Amino acid sequence: MTEAILVAFLIGTIAAGMPLMLAALGETIGEQSGVLNLGIEGIMLIGGYFGFVAVLMTQSFWLGLLVGTLAGVASSLIMLVLSVWLGLNQIVVGIAITLAGSGITSVLHTQNYGSTNPRLGLDTPWKIPFLSDIPVVGPSIFSQPGMFTVALLIAAAVAWWLHKTNPGLRLRAAGQKPASLDAAGGSVLRTRSLAVLAGGAFSGLGGAYLALLSTGAFTPFMTHGLGYIAIVVTMLARGRISWVVVASLVYGASVAVGTAIQLTNINLPNDVIKMLPFIIVMITLIVFARSAYIPPALAVPYTRGAR
Amino acid sequence: MTTNMQLAPSTGAPQPAPSTDAVPQPKQRGRGRAAVDVLVRTITPVVLALLAGALVLLMLGKDPLQFYGDIVYYGLAGNGWQNSMIAMAPLLLIALGLIIAFRGKLWNLGYNGQYLLGAAIVAGFGPDILVSFPLAIGIPLLAIMAIVVGAAWTIIPALLKAKYGTNEIITTLMMSFIGVSVTNILVKGPFQDASVAVPQTRELPFDGMLPYIPGTKVHIGFIIAILMVLAFHFILKRTSFGLRLDVFGASTKSAKHVGIDARRMTIVIFVLSGAMIALAAAIDIMGLWGYLRTNWNPAYGDKILPFVFLARLNPLASIPLVAFYAVLATGGTIAAQASNLSVDFLLVIVALILMFMTIIEYIGMKRDLGQSYLPQGLRQSLRLGSVGRKKQ
Repeated sequence: MTEAILVAFLIGTIAAGMPLMLAALGETIGEQSGVLNLGIEGIMLIGGYFGFVAVLMTQSFWLGLLVGTLAGVASSLIMLVLSVWLGLNQIVVGIAITLAGSGITSVLHTQNYGSTNPRLGLDTPWKIPFLSDIPVVGPSIFSQPGMFTVALLIAAAVAWWLHKTNPGLRLRAAGQKPASLDAAGGSVLRTRSLAVLAGGAFSGLGGAYLALLSTGAFTPFMTHGLGYIAIVVTMLARGRISWVVVASLVYGASVAVGTAIQLTNINLPNDVIKMLPFIIVMITLIVFARSAYIPPALAVPYTRGAR
Repeated sequence: MTTNMQLAPSTGAPQPAPSTDAVPQPKQRGRGRAAVDVLVRTITPVVLALLAGALVLLMLGKDPLQFYGDIVYYGLAGNGWQNSMIAMAPLLLIALGLIIAFRGKLWNLGYNGQYLLGAAIVAGFGPDILVSFPLAIGIPLLAIMAIVVGAAWTIIPALLKAKYGTNEIITTLMMSFIGVSVTNILVKGPFQDASVAVPQTRELPFDGMLPYIPGTKVHIGFIIAILMVLAFHFILKRTSFGLRLDVFGASTKSAKHVGIDARRMTIVIFVLSGAMIALAAAIDIMGLWGYLRTNWNPAYGDKILPFVFLARLNPLASIPLVAFYAVLATGGTIAAQASNLSVDFLLVIVALILMFMTIIEYIGMKRDLGQSYLPQGLRQSLRLGSVGRKKQ
């Protein structure tokens, strides 16, 4: 294990883990409020595509991430209206959002950039003084784009908000027993609406992170199941944000192992590397089958007075 | 499901009618209206989706009229109708596989992996088996091999669901992604044709392909698919197994109450569903493609999903809807190329159909027009299946 490989491994872990962490944060907020968003894959692609276009136009990565977030919010409006307000089947609407998101971004990308396939440069990293001089972790963990630090701060804020504040309690009540929230004078509809929008924002941001910072380009269908893995992470984390962060980094490591192996002399087919994360997820699901947990009111539309 | 159509005012329990002469007439009218309602609620989402799709096309700077015109032309005119029929063969079987799973309120979304693994087995072993066995044995043998592999790929999600109630949406999807990668590994590895630079399997011998229906260029896979759909229509509607499946789908609790082994039922449903999807792959490879390339994934299941719901999980009703999609796909692929558009635009149309379908269903529920697209149980499967519920 040379230093270069270790650095590449750590950078790869963060690059693959962060988009998943952001998306899983969004999904956690949604699921805790009782909304299962299967459209996360499509929302990530939409966030990634529009963030990518924004960076191409303005050369500002921060603006790109913001546009990606807003695009995520916009596309989750469909979920908001159809599933929260009208109470339509969340699974069907979610699948529809995934199909629409992957379809329209592929169409737009092929039409606008299909022949040129532009790539973005690297975002200037935030080099943290002193820490970035440490060997191995310095050039990897402490020289990441600013969004890396911001993402971790966001995760901490969400954890605090979800478990230590009143709105967070209301959100979890909407997923556990919506009727009790209603009886206590809270609005299930408003709580869930905001949760869906927040979930969309995080998923869009995750998609933008993937396209802008991890990959440096947008390609059609680039999420390749990441949205569904976010749902698995959410299920296993059971609302605990620290678990979301750890699980995402473990996933990132499983991707990075493959990338790091490619730098060595070991010859591992690309398809095996692609498959590795899914196998790890599947093994985790088998081992922890008993402890996967979703809120009781998940995917059940709330009707006041219904038993 | 059309048999137990319930329109509150007209068709009730066959109670002795108060006036024997007056009753039949409104009943007849009621049935006619019900049929019209069902038809309206099936066609409206499609029409709305095509209109919304036209708006998207306009925004992309394309001519919607020409695009849709091209779809109809290339999907039906000339050899178009034959190509559409060829496309129908695998689509019908995948729709059937989904119908079986969804009727038992199990979300089998791992169709892509199940399909591709079935295809890989046929394309990989086909060239040898079709040469060394007579066709009457070789073709069914390949189909059975594909079926076994496709069904086996559903076993882990089925067992996890049956034993621990693990969410099958997630497990089938994960297995699907693994299956797609395994297919690529097989095609680039043991099944690769060494004589070609591009990684792909050897081609099936031309004589070994499924024969054409006399007088057409449509292979007999189309007939096999139609027969399977009819057979399962009968099984699901007229046999005790079909009834047990519906009871299981409506409520696991009542299924247990009447003595249905829920675990066994879960596994049987998954295996049947995976088998149908793999059979679709076998027919598609032996009838149309003849070989398998890497990274090739038609993702039929994604696109057939809305039509399965629009057919209200009724195998017979799925035939015309699948035919519609086959024309849309066959014509749409060429039309997209003609107007310099990505073929993935079809995904947008399919997604729009799904969305409008749920909206029309909502309006229908509000007006209490007729029955829902989804059996009541299917939407609750997540909650009921979760282990969290047992914990409480």
